[in-house]
This record gives sequence, C-alpha cells and structure tokens, in this order.
Amino acid sequence: MKSLNLANIVLVVMFAGGTLYALFGGADFGAGVWDLMAGRTRAGAGQRALIEASIGPVWEANHVWLIFALVVLWSGFPRAFAPVMSTLYVPLTAAAVGIIMRGSAFAFRKAAVPIVTKRSYGAAFALSSVVTPFFLGTVVGSVASGRVPATLPGPDSPSPDVIAVWWNPTSILGGTLAVLVCAYLAATYLTADAARQSQRDLADEFRSRALGTGVITGIVALGGIVVLAGDAPQLFEGLTGRAAPLMALSAAGALSSFVLLIRRRYRPARYSAALAVAAVLWGWAAAQYPDMLVGSLTIAQAAGSRATMVAMLVSLGLGSLIFIPALLVLLVMSDRGKLN
Amino acid sequence: MAARQQMALSLGWHIVLACLGVGFPILILIGEGIGLRRGDAVASELAYRWTKIFAVLFAVGAVSGTILSFELGILWPGLMGTFGDVWGLPFAIEGIAFFLEAIFLGIYLYGRDRLSPRAHFLVGLPIPVAGIASAWFVVTANAWMNQPTGFDVALYKATGRVEGVDPVAAMFNPATPVQTTHMVLGALMLAGFLVASVYAWAWLRGRQDRYHRLGFTIAFAFAAAITPVQIVVGDWAARFLAENQPTKLAALEAVNETASGVPLTIGGIVIDGEVRYGLEIPNGLSWLAHGRPDAVVRGLNEVPVDERPPVAIVRTAFQAMVAIGFFLLGLGGWLAVTWIRRRRLPQSLWFFRAAVVAGPATVIALEAGWVTTEVGRQPWIVYGLMKVDEAVTTAPGIRFGYYGLIVVYTALTVAVVTVLRRLRRPWPSADPAGTAIIGSSSPGMEPVEMS
Repeated sequence: MKSLNLANIVLVVMFAGGTLYALFGGADFGAGVWDLMAGRTRAGAGQRALIEASIGPVWEANHVWLIFALVVLWSGFPRAFAPVMSTLYVPLTAAAVGIIMRGSAFAFRKAAVPIVTKRSYGAAFALSSVVTPFFLGTVVGSVASGRVPATLPGPDSPSPDVIAVWWNPTSILGGTLAVLVCAYLAATYLTADAARQSQRDLADEFRSRALGTGVITGIVALGGIVVLAGDAPQLFEGLTGRAAPLMALSAAGALSSFVLLIRRRYRPARYSAALAVAAVLWGWAAAQYPDMLVGSLTIAQAAGSRATMVAMLVSLGLGSLIFIPALLVLLVMSDRGKLN
Repeated sequence: MAARQQMALSLGWHIVLACLGVGFPILILIGEGIGLRRGDAVASELAYRWTKIFAVLFAVGAVSGTILSFELGILWPGLMGTFGDVWGLPFAIEGIAFFLEAIFLGIYLYGRDRLSPRAHFLVGLPIPVAGIASAWFVVTANAWMNQPTGFDVALYKATGRVEGVDPVAAMFNPATPVQTTHMVLGALMLAGFLVASVYAWAWLRGRQDRYHRLGFTIAFAFAAAITPVQIVVGDWAARFLAENQPTKLAALEAVNETASGVPLTIGGIVIDGEVRYGLEIPNGLSWLAHGRPDAVVRGLNEVPVDERPPVAIVRTAFQAMVAIGFFLLGLGGWLAVTWIRRRRLPQSLWFFRAAVVAGPATVIALEAGWVTTEVGRQPWIVYGLMKVDEAVTTAPGIRFGYYGLIVVYTALTVAVVTVLRRLRRPWPSADPAGTAIIGSSSPGMEPVEMS
C-alpha cells in the first residue's frame, strides 16, 4: 500500500511534467502550425516575426519537460516504458523525426540569410510542428484505448500489429485533438503577446484564429465521445464517470476563454485556455486510474524499485529548488518582452 | 542489426554536438571575459559571433539528444524494462542540468540588450557548469553498462529478477570516475580543436588579423592544455580495464592468449586475429597495464568464442584514438615551445595545416573512443549480464525507421556544416561592423513598452 502511494506520487510528478510540456511545448508546436498558415512570405512576415519572438527564448526550456516526463517514466515505471516505446515505435519514431526537424529548422531559419533557404527551413519547422503533436497524440490514444500489451513480444506472446496499434479511431482522435489543442493554445497565447507589443491587427487575427480553433476543438472533442464509446469503452466509462468533474472543468475553462477572447481580455483568456487543456489531461489520467496501460498493467505492476523512486523524488525536489525559480525568471522575462 | 546501426548513428552524431555543447560555452566565456577585463572589443565581438553559432549547435544537440531517450525505449525494450529503474537516476538528474542549461542559455542569448555586460557574463557561467554536469551524469549511465552494480547481481544471474536496487550505487559504479573524466576532457578537447581548425584554415587563406588570431589562440591553447591531462587519464582508463574488463583490453590490444611479459604492439593490421607488421615493444603491455614487465595480461582465450568482441574493429579504433591523441599532444607542444621562446604563435604553414587537420582528427578520435568502449563490450549490452540480443526489440520493420533517420541526419550534417562555415566569414548581420554590441545598451534602442 505504501509503495503504491509512493508510485502515485511519482506518477503525479511525471504527469505534471507532461502537462507542462503540453501547455508550454504544445503552444510552441501550435505556433509552428500558425507559422505554416501565415500566408506568403511578405503577407505573413508580421505573424512570423511575432511567433519567432514569442517562442525563441523559451522553446528549448519548454522542450525539456518532455525529457523530464520521459525519464521519470522510465526510471519510475520501467515495465510500462519498455512496452509503450517498443510497441508504438512507428508514431514515436515519426514524432522523434518531427522533434529533431522542428528544433533544428527553427534554429537554422534564424541563422539563414537567403530568403529561399529561410523559406525552406521555415516550411520544415512548420510542417514538423503539425506532425509531432499528431503522432504524440496517437500514442496517448493507443495507451488510453488499451492497445498496448504489457508483455514484450517473445516466444509466447506474439508481436502486435505495429500499424493498427496507432492507426485506429481513438489514436487518430488523440492525434487530431493534439494538433488542434496546440493551435488553440498558441493562438490564445499569441493574442496576449501581440497586444503587449500593441500590434492590434495581429492580436485580432490571432483572436479569431483562437476562437475558430477553440470551437473546432470543442466539436471534435464532443464528437470524439461517440468514438470512444465504441472504440475505448473503459476510457469512455472513466471519462463520463470518475473523471466527469474534470471534463466539466475543462468545458468551463474553454467556454470562459471564448468569452474572454471575445471581450479582448487576452491575459485571463490565456489562463482559462491552459486550464481547459490541463483538465482534459488529468481527466484522462483519472479515467484510466489505476491502470498504467489500460487493461494490461496497473500502476503498482509497472512501478520500479522503491529506492529509485525515493532517490528520484529527492533529487528532483532538490533540483527544482534551483531550476524552478530560474525557469520562472526566464518565462516572466520573456512574457514581459524583456528578451529579444 | 538495423537497431544497432540506428543507435550507433544517433549516438555517434549526437556526441559531437553534445561535446561542442559542453566545451564551446567555455570558449565563449573566455572570449567575453577577455573583452570585459581588458575592454577588448575584438574579443567581445568574437564571443558574440561564437554565441550565435553556439545557439544553433545547442538547438540541434538538444533535439538529437531527445531522440536518444526515445530510442532507448524503442530499440532496447529488454534493457529498459529490466534495468530502467537501476540506471535511470542519472538521466533524471541530467534532465535538471539540461533544464538549467536551456534556461540560462535562453536568458544569455536573448537578454544581451537588457543586462549589463557583467550580468550577461555571470548569466553565462551556469551554462558550461550545467553542460559538464549533464555529460557527467549521462556518462555514469554508460559506465554502469560496463560495470553494472547497484542491485543484487547474484540473484539476477540465478533467476533473472532485479532486486535490491540501489540507484546511487549504480551511478557511482567503479567505471564512473575514469570514464566520466575521460569523456568530459574529450569533449573540451573536441570543442577547442574543432573551433581552432576553422581559424587555422582562415589563417592559411590569408586572414591573419587580430580577430582570427585571437579566435585561434583561445580555442587551440585551451584544447592543447587539456591534451596531456587526457593522455594520463587515458592510461588510467587502460589500467582500469586490465583489472575490471580484461576481455575489452585483450580485444583492443589483440592479446589472444593469457601470458606474462606481453609486448605492446604499435600499428600494424589485424589479420585473422593476429597483428601483423606492428612495432613490438617487449613487455610493454604488461608494464603499462600492471606496472611490472613480467605481469600477466589476460587474453581472449579466457572467454568462450561467442563472448569475444570483434578484435579488428576494436583494436583499429583504439590505435586511431591513441595515435591522434599523441599527434595533438605534439601539436600542443609545438605551440608551447614557440610561445615560451618567442611569445608568439608558430609561423610555419605546417603548424597551421596540422591545426586544420586537428579538428576533424579530434572528431575521429572521439568516435573511435566510442567504438572502442561500445564495440569492445560486445556481445554484452550490460557487461557480463545481458547480451545485446536479449535487449533488442523484435518489432518488425525497424529498418525503415533507420533508413528515414539516415536521410534526416545526412541533411542535418549538411546544414550544420553550412552554419559552421560561417565562423570564418563576417557575420551576415545588418550591422557588419559589430557596433550593435556597443550601441545596443543605450536606452534609446529599447523597444517601447506599451502595456
């Protein structure tokens, strides 16, 4: 029992890291989506400049949350990490390629001079910003719909179909929602950034985009409930049962962000949008609790050694005393436009 | 097989970027420090341009490192599922170090206009500290693969179960001190010699102004100062192997039979497991490995044939690394002698030609070092406990991911080299004279805050 409590704490830490990755890293991907949609070189220059200024100083720090969540997963829950990564290697390899292309293309674009080179790096940056969240979303869908077996393929357990495991209704729903959510978050955040620089036109453009993607995300999410009822019954039951309050909170967050966006109150709109997204993620976790891999592995079964969990919590705790204040300084400086 | 090659490609690629990530910020801070202390505008300009290059390299290094953490699970589920909690701790701590590096780099890169020169320098200091810490922690994990400790080894051998996990003991395994030291010093050398080789090239092309001279001197002197230390550490590493991983030592020196008074063979090629045409120093290996000319060196015959690493590859890689190490030592010595006698850089074209070669040679030495330690451990992934075959994924179609990554890494290499070539060109900013550094701290340049 005590060991399960410890595992739950580690899980909360990991999920907190994952949530922060979604809220910060996700918005950076979303900014890439808007970079893709910004239009031709000249017309989109203003939007692209805003995007570059907004994510430039922070995206690398935001990216580290992914590594944080990954290493906590593999040290804390090695028996879940190994099957998830090896079974879902197709979408994960695609996401990895997306991550490497996104990061390097963004950096190269800044350094490139000829407009043609700049444009092709820009295209790579923007395309990979769509590809990466989509594939990461399919991974969530696969785990949540109980498609990842706990045992590694071997003589007695056949290898699962490496395509069907992530190309199915729930995974595709997960991928689509991930891209939409990133775009929605990014547009909402960018309204505030544009307004701070008193670029009213840009703020209005992102305002309508935020509202548009927000509404589409809502419709897809509602439609998704039907998909889940048929394709992922255990998740559906959890979301409509135990996790229902979190789902309601998410809906409330989304609706209030719409109202705030309409009234051009961009800063609070940002926080409600983030709340809406965080609540969905925690709702997913609550819905499948106490399973780590739905239908095949519980948290207690996935957990690694107690000593490692304790050592990890202690080192992360001590480390966070240093890196959390530093991170806050970076984010606040960036948010106030002091980094350019 | 595709899994191994994919891991080798990703790791071999990342390691060069990671080493630059560890060493380059030190060079930048040296340049910035000189600029601050002496009011030297050329040094400040150098540091400023290096920073721009480093920003790109760091971004690529960060994402190529992320891929590795994906691949550990994608390609090696047997390793991660069994030992993930034993050797995971250093990766978690490395995550924190990486956070600090990314945070301070963000402030350092983008805060130049808002910070005083002194504050800007201070904000830069945590970057190399965090970089070295990252490297140290990650290499402890690799050291653990060579000397697995921190769990009940006897129980694992008997039953395959992992119990009694002590992650701190795993992190401070016996191979950790020597391997982490060797790697960190190697990283610093790589950054120094690689940057210096770009300026040596510029020198040969006639750009011998103070800017290029300073760029060369900072980078080259830094790396050359570390080289002798690295050679001593390398010797320590070999003696460590003699005691703890005798099979690897036997492979890298091609010792087939256990014997006393084993000679050291330099050069030559391995044909059918025997070294031909090499230069033999009688009793040399016994003396180097154990400190006595008549000491017994254990040979490959002590382990079954299927537990021996491929000798030809391992020995060739090892010899290449050692040869390059001594070449770099000699080159550093040349600089030192000239500097002591004449207080200036050597004038010989051959010195600069050799310095151009030194950069890529250091990269080869680094990769050869990794081949030595990784291939030298074969067929084990966790020395003596788990073979590579037990750890590797059995998922079908892995090779397609590998082909895709070959394309990605090839494209990235081209892009990175293109960016690096800018080191020796004037930076193509709108402000070629570099007055931005001086002018930018004036309050009038700051964007007006409206909200």
